Amino acid sequence: MTTFAACFRLPFLLQLLLPLLLLQALPAFAHKPSDSYLVLRMDGNRIEGHWDIALRDLDMAVGLDGDGDGRLTWDELRARHGTIEAYALSRLSIAAGGVPCTLTAGAQQVDQHTDGAYTVLPLRGTCAATPKELTVAYRLFGDVDAQHRGLLRIGAGKKGETARTAILGGERPVQTVPLAREHAASQALRQFLDYVRHGAWHIWIGYDHVLFLVSLLLPAVLVRREGGWRHVPAFRVAATDVLKTVTAFTLAHSLTLALAALGVVAPPARWVESAIAASVVVAALNNVWPVIPGPRWAAALLFGLVHGFGFAGVLADLGLPRGALAASLSGFNLGVELGQLAIVAVVLPLAFALRATHVYRRVLLPGASLAIAVMAVVWLGERAFDVSAVDLLASNVLFSGA
Amino acid sequence: MLATAALALLPLVQGAAAPRTPASGNEIIAELPRQVDGLRTLRAAVAAAPRDPAPAVALARRYVALGRGSADPRYYGQAQAVLAPWWGRPDAPNEVRLLRATLLQNGHHFTEAQAELRRIVASEPRAVQAWLTLATVQAVQGDSAGAVASCARLSSLTGQLETFACLAVAGANTGRMRGAERLLALGLEREGDAAPDTRTWALTMLAEFAARRGDVPLAQQRFAAALRAAPTDSYLLGAYADFLLDRGRAADVPALLRDHHRNDALLLRHALALRALGRQEALAPVRAELQARFDAAALRGDAVHLREQARFTLHVLGDARAALALAQRNWQVQKELADTRLLLEAGLAARDRTALQPVLRWIREQGLQDVVVARLAETAS
Repeated sequence: MTTFAACFRLPFLLQLLLPLLLLQALPAFAHKPSDSYLVLRMDGNRIEGHWDIALRDLDMAVGLDGDGDGRLTWDELRARHGTIEAYALSRLSIAAGGVPCTLTAGAQQVDQHTDGAYTVLPLRGTCAATPKELTVAYRLFGDVDAQHRGLLRIGAGKKGETARTAILGGERPVQTVPLAREHAASQALRQFLDYVRHGAWHIWIGYDHVLFLVSLLLPAVLVRREGGWRHVPAFRVAATDVLKTVTAFTLAHSLTLALAALGVVAPPARWVESAIAASVVVAALNNVWPVIPGPRWAAALLFGLVHGFGFAGVLADLGLPRGALAASLSGFNLGVELGQLAIVAVVLPLAFALRATHVYRRVLLPGASLAIAVMAVVWLGERAFDVSAVDLLASNVLFSGA
Repeated sequence: MLATAALALLPLVQGAAAPRTPASGNEIIAELPRQVDGLRTLRAAVAAAPRDPAPAVALARRYVALGRGSADPRYYGQAQAVLAPWWGRPDAPNEVRLLRATLLQNGHHFTEAQAELRRIVASEPRAVQAWLTLATVQAVQGDSAGAVASCARLSSLTGQLETFACLAVAGANTGRMRGAERLLALGLEREGDAAPDTRTWALTMLAEFAARRGDVPLAQQRFAAALRAAPTDSYLLGAYADFLLDRGRAADVPALLRDHHRNDALLLRHALALRALGRQEALAPVRAELQARFDAAALRGDAVHLREQARFTLHVLGDARAALALAQRNWQVQKELADTRLLLEAGLAARDRTALQPVLRWIREQGLQDVVVARLAETAS
């Protein structure tokens, strides 16, 4: 509504131009081989799902464009609903254990795929018993387009649940697809564990988070006194410091991760990624030239807020389903913690063993911190300006003569 | 009102559409392709004589031509459906086999296409089109010696220009490129009244050869001549866009390709131009659209777009590792200049010397000539 209201405030000419400008930026629909998308869910012996069929293909097979002007209106499409339903359902049959299941189509809707508009037929059916496998016979458009395929997907569509897929048509019009038969409880557990794994894996491959953590860990075995580093006397002291730092980081990132995953706030990815890179720069430089006032855990708390948004980006990429939010969110968080603990378990004892040496204080700590800072500055540049440093280097080397 | 309609379309490009029930009966849901002239008559002829291959072949040929012209693969599927009664039969007429080979080639099933073409020329050694298609398939697969042999069979069967064009295709990636270019230029000059399609094809190839030698003014002149003759030829538009991109003239690309965004290969060039121009905001929706198209092809198990996908992954997404894997898979199947160059670029970006060795060896053995590839090869070795 706000967009619409705002339009009236624009000069009249611009009002006319605006849609044109927008449309010009939009790519036209792709040329693509003909596919239909058949999505089914099994609930006991009941089938539910939908079938997306390209209007262009239906027009070729049964004729949709009533007045022949090339523009298909919703009224014209609705008028052909019965024909479409009869045509499509006569070319699809589903059976379980050799016994055909019933199948009916509900009121159609429309949707867009990369190659244009599709009708969406809601499907509903019943099989005689709860099936172990479904046999799908598919003959849609086989007589007018030999390269047409039906892309079948059976599953609840939830992330973590194994969906069965098949490409129907062509030389294989009939296929039997086994159904995943799993108890809801074990399924939920597997999904939870999947997210734990994703979280731990993300820490493992998320170099920025790893280096941020290392930057915080390196000085934990030392204390700053009279402008110089003194080593901590006991492991317990270092461990307590790390515990406080890691806990602060965890609390902060859990908070922002949850906020972002719940859709309460959604800062732009580029800003978040840039801010994470900046936090690594600051944390690393702080080990050489202390600039951050206050205890380290406070800094971890502050920066943790930023890193939480970064984790949310990963979670979004994994396609976090709404509804299964709490379980997957805590699973992911747990994975992140486990990943962090693994790093702490490796870095802390090493740092503690070396803490009293001159090399650690004068070479390792500043050297590693500076190296981390340099790398993070490169990331910051790449993320802030959306360029790849490797590309820049390569193009300078390769095309310097061009 | 218009503005809101345009805004309503935005999610489509981002691939985030959802089923909906239109609010108004007058809303236009889809623009359907108009019936192309002549198709109706051809279809009627097929319907009237369903057992006669002649009308079916005529209709299938028309579909293939439409598919080529518009780069819309649905026409190929329709051609195949028309030929269904004869498709898998061992006694299928050679006309059906030739169309079958063409469709197989379009789906990048080069080995099967070659086998089919060999069966045709074995039974009919004077089949001009079959020899020419065979030479093309052989050249695409990197067998230039085999392609030259196929062209030799053409020389006594058809006009000079076709033979010279065939030799140009066969020699394109070898040390004989310069000779092939001279021959083709000569053939074009002599045969002033060549068929428009052949002329465009020859001019495009000549322009590419000049660009590959680094003769920019001549390449520009030939591209301009070809574009005057065939301003909407999708292969030509792609080749010219690549030429502009290589010459740092990305700013000319968006206008050139404005009406061709349906074609994945051309939309990709548009994206590369936007990237080169630093127009990140305009690039974002195009990148999302291309990704959606590659995802859709992947669902179907299609490998036809490997070249484009590798190029997209390398130059638009900047993922050198993934691009290298795609470029390697692509190079297994086709070895045209674009495939070779892409593999080099991906290997260099991924800093994978092992991956570069086979392609460098191949470039040396073939004697491939191209200023950009030469520079890349030098960096790599």
